[in-house]
Amino acid sequence: MKFLILVGNYVIFIKKVFSKQEKNRIFFKNIGSELEKLGFNSIPLVLIISFFIGAVLTLQTAYNMASPLLPRYLIGYLTRETLLLEFSSTIVSVILAGKIGSNVASEIGTMKITEQIEALEAMGVNSISYLVAPKIISAMLINPILYIFSVFIGIIGGLLTGILSGVVNFEDFIQGLHFSFNSYYVVYSIIKSFVFAFIFTSIPAFYGYNVQGGALEVGKASTRAVVDSSIAILIANLILTQILL
Amino acid sequence: MVKAKGLYKSFDGRTVLTDINVTFETSKVNLIIGQSGSGKTVLLKSLIGLVGIDEGTVFFDDKNIKNLDNKQLKDLHTEIGVVFQGGALFDSFSVIENVKFPLNLFSNMTEKEKIERARFCLNRVNLDDVDNLYPAEISGGMKKRVAIARAIVLNPKYLFCDEPNSGLDPVNSIVIDNLIHEITHEYNMTTIVNTHDMNSVFEIGENIVFIADGNKEWEGNKDNIAQADNKKLNDFIFSSQLYKKIREKL
Repeated sequence: MKFLILVGNYVIFIKKVFSKQEKNRIFFKNIGSELEKLGFNSIPLVLIISFFIGAVLTLQTAYNMASPLLPRYLIGYLTRETLLLEFSSTIVSVILAGKIGSNVASEIGTMKITEQIEALEAMGVNSISYLVAPKIISAMLINPILYIFSVFIGIIGGLLTGILSGVVNFEDFIQGLHFSFNSYYVVYSIIKSFVFAFIFTSIPAFYGYNVQGGALEVGKASTRAVVDSSIAILIANLILTQILL
Repeated sequence: MVKAKGLYKSFDGRTVLTDINVTFETSKVNLIIGQSGSGKTVLLKSLIGLVGIDEGTVFFDDKNIKNLDNKQLKDLHTEIGVVFQGGALFDSFSVIENVKFPLNLFSNMTEKEKIERARFCLNRVNLDDVDNLYPAEISGGMKKRVAIARAIVLNPKYLFCDEPNSGLDPVNSIVIDNLIHEITHEYNMTTIVNTHDMNSVFEIGENIVFIADGNKEWEGNKDNIAQADNKKLNDFIFSSQLYKKIREKL
């Protein structure tokens, strides 16, 4: 019952997020600043993680392909498929749920307990729409771009590590990258990135907005937001995979 | 004029306001006083519309808020300035951006005009050379003054202040009190201030409403409050030894 009430309140919250904005100029300005805060500032993290995961994927695949009957180009192929289908969309989004989700929940939660949200409401501003909509939209815009960066850097990480460690040569790895390539997988993963970005911004915003109390509650809301949005991403991943593939 | 008529409010079955009938007059500093937990913040937020009321209504001059549609309510909010207890300045904005914020949303001024207006309001609250500082970089008293500047930037007809001098030293408290008093008369506003600061009561209380346990117990002004024949009010005002001695000398 509690869960249903929570979901109901979340749906009402989302409806308010997409109600009319105060002024389009301010709305687009806010999207710009959120793009920088949530998106561009996440690029280094995504690049570092993707590079090393790509590298480890290549090494692990190579060490598990001891049989001489298996062609070496499969190392490049499996690295590409793992990055393209799951890591760069789902796992990167779960990581961003930690970084961006805690940021959104604590920012909005702190605004709530310091009466900044009431100040907005007192001015006649729809605080939910004003604060949350730019965050959701900018995350949905940037997450597919982060996905593409992640795949690209992950493959570079895999290629460099594969060559430097001698487990695969350049030609085999590149052949693997081209082998049995299905461009629909990219579309599928970009759709997932859109949905996951919505999840890892809207759920933390919902928890942040409903904080009551003090700093301790902001911390609790932030933790709960990260956990719940990570779980929601994994459930959405399952559903989307069933629907889209 | 702001008038509350038959206001009732309860939270989870606990009654916080009971049949509040009160008129706050224009061009006067109207104080709502009472102990912590007496219901004065709920009353103030009910008047502004931040807390929904169970029964009764509020009039802003001749406008009954129950008869206003969303657009009219939004317009009404642009005529209301609010100073919150902690200032409620936006942390990510500089001082000038905080003051300019209502202008960005509700005016058609050019950027230059907005900056001029924001600077004028900051000067009015005696703040200079703080435009580019952030709320975390200024003192509590300055934050309250920035909050007042932001509240008056749209030339409001109604000013609400929730414990504007809480957490301030006596000197800064008097500065804020005097500022609220001056602004009220200068701009002919209806000002409603929530306080439990006795200095404020005797300095600027042109109309005073005493709330206890969610009921309006007494109404008067700074000139007759010391002679009031109300036990709850007297227990509240003369709770300190200093004020007891002052009363004996009156």
